[in-house]
Amino acid sequence: MMKTTFGKFAVYLAVAIGLIALPLLLQATGSNSWVRIVDMALLYVLLALGLNIVVGYAGLLDLGFIAFFAVGAYLYGLLASPHLTDTFAFMAEHFPNGLHMNFWIVMVIAGFVAGMTGLILGAPVLKLRGDYLAIVTLGFGEIVRIFMLNLDRPINITNGPKGLINVDAVTVFGHSMSQRLTVGFGDWKFTFESVTLYYYLILFFVLMAILIAHRLQDSRIGRAWMAIREDEIAAKAMGLNTRNLKLAAFGMSATFGGVSGVLFASFMRGVYPESFVLMESVMVVAMVVLGGLGHIPGVILGALLLAGLPEVLRHVAGPLTELTNGRLAPEILRQLLIAVAMVTVMLMRPKGLWPSPEHGKSLAK
Amino acid sequence: MDVLLQQIINGLVLGSMYALVALGYTMVYGIIGLINFAHGEVLMVGAMTSWMLIGWMAEAWAGLPNWVILLIATLIAMVVCAALNFTIEKLAYRPLRNSPRLAPLITAIGMSLLLQTLAMIIWAPNPKSYPSMLPRDPIPIGGAVISVTQIVILAVTAITLALLMYLVNRTNLGRAMRATAENPRVAALMGIKPDVVISATFIIGAMLAAIAGVMWASNYGTVQHAMGFMPGLKAFVAAVMGGIGNLAGAVVGGIALGLIESLGAGYLGKLTGGFLGSQYQDIFAFIVLALVLTLRPSGLLGERVADRA
Repeated sequence: MMKTTFGKFAVYLAVAIGLIALPLLLQATGSNSWVRIVDMALLYVLLALGLNIVVGYAGLLDLGFIAFFAVGAYLYGLLASPHLTDTFAFMAEHFPNGLHMNFWIVMVIAGFVAGMTGLILGAPVLKLRGDYLAIVTLGFGEIVRIFMLNLDRPINITNGPKGLINVDAVTVFGHSMSQRLTVGFGDWKFTFESVTLYYYLILFFVLMAILIAHRLQDSRIGRAWMAIREDEIAAKAMGLNTRNLKLAAFGMSATFGGVSGVLFASFMRGVYPESFVLMESVMVVAMVVLGGLGHIPGVILGALLLAGLPEVLRHVAGPLTELTNGRLAPEILRQLLIAVAMVTVMLMRPKGLWPSPEHGKSLAK
Repeated sequence: MDVLLQQIINGLVLGSMYALVALGYTMVYGIIGLINFAHGEVLMVGAMTSWMLIGWMAEAWAGLPNWVILLIATLIAMVVCAALNFTIEKLAYRPLRNSPRLAPLITAIGMSLLLQTLAMIIWAPNPKSYPSMLPRDPIPIGGAVISVTQIVILAVTAITLALLMYLVNRTNLGRAMRATAENPRVAALMGIKPDVVISATFIIGAMLAAIAGVMWASNYGTVQHAMGFMPGLKAFVAAVMGGIGNLAGAVVGGIALGLIESLGAGYLGKLTGGFLGSQYQDIFAFIVLALVLTLRPSGLLGERVADRA
């Protein structure tokens, strides 16, 4: 026993050191682009973990997840950028120094607003058929995008297709994360790039999300979700209030989406409507499905694979693109692979690449 | 020009195309309880195929009248779409027939994305102009105008619906389809082969979608790989609005949705004092869906869905 505990500890320690050292090694290559790619991949992990609650645990298809992400991103974009004070005189009067709402406060607001939006949206649908949710969420995602794109006139709220710019960076312990941070003792100095600082911030959120998702999974409510996923009628017969449980899953996953959106807006320092297209929602679904529905390590794997895919394709697909006269451009190839993956995984390996060992048995049937 | 009458004509034309697509959705949902997301893409394949064929035929048989070319292209597109939908059902949906609902839904959305991407690779992503094969001159009626294409769309829809009603209500296949939708297991006990009925349903749905695709392309004059997704979604909304699984409901829902969209887009700007304009046309369908699900979840004419439990 002693030995396995020690072994486990050693593994955790190695993973922790690896995670801490990763951006430092990448930034040592001299360019920030690799760290940036890893940051984005981690954001996708966060999104996939959130979506996994509703798709993986409760077995409901949410095709508008990116809309909750957009709600969070736009909330932070509006509350922490010069847009509102520049556009409206009364706002400028109230906030002479500009509107710079604190990141952590907006995070709480965004989580709450996104979650409530999810509940309001889910309530009329979930008392009916679960599969209508797919269409309703898809429609909701489109509505949100259309509004964000067009609400620049007659009153300019979202700045339309131009998006919101100059969004505040996160400030932690008085240090703005858009600046590089140099620490040093005497002669020894080390510089953390801005993207590296963001890496640690996003990693913190991912770890929190893993903790929450893990605790949820084994909780009473988590087991109830899986019971609903496996057989709704049986779950109902066991006395579960399936509607409220499904609503809880939907709302909770929406909260994850909203929180990720705030992070995204502060990381990108801007919010643009084209970040929230349907394809993004489908891609997050593909991540969850490919990795392993309802299995946290699988979902993380799926998110990392699909988030890293474009970068790999950019290097590999060059000759193929030339060979086909640009028909197989990397983006098209990526979309093709995602589509093929969704269909074949469901047909051949419905539990995903890294399935959970005990749950999902009947998913495989 | 009479705006109201014009919007009603446009709405009827739009609605009849929704109705044809909605029928495919509602038949499939009624029998196997699956939202076939790829149905809109079948419409797209129909439009794309006919576009390609018209291009070839206009060159090869230059003497042929335009309407003959359009007719041949439509018939071939129907066959192509039928083969495609038959294959999709057989390869992607049939193996998952008894699995929990999530699996076929994900496969369907993956299939929709796959067809769009393949179309993008085969026909390149740029929008292409669709030749107008019927006379273009608008015909004035009562202060509004209607084009020959629009008249043909309304007529073809009416004929197609009549044929479908005959098929479903008067033939053996139709009886088998209704029986399978009612209760697949009992239908099987009565000697009906559910697999054959389901395949037939997908084939009929695909043919209707192909016709709608050609109409859509002729009416709007442009085709693209992404053209099918929105009409597909809205047609599903129309099917829910009329009562899912109910054929007459799909037609009523489709035409109602077409009218709502057309009138809504025409008058939204006036009603809201210019605050919201016609760029919001796409959201009507989803507002209608939300209202129907809240106020009358079984749809206008009531739903008829197989009991899958």
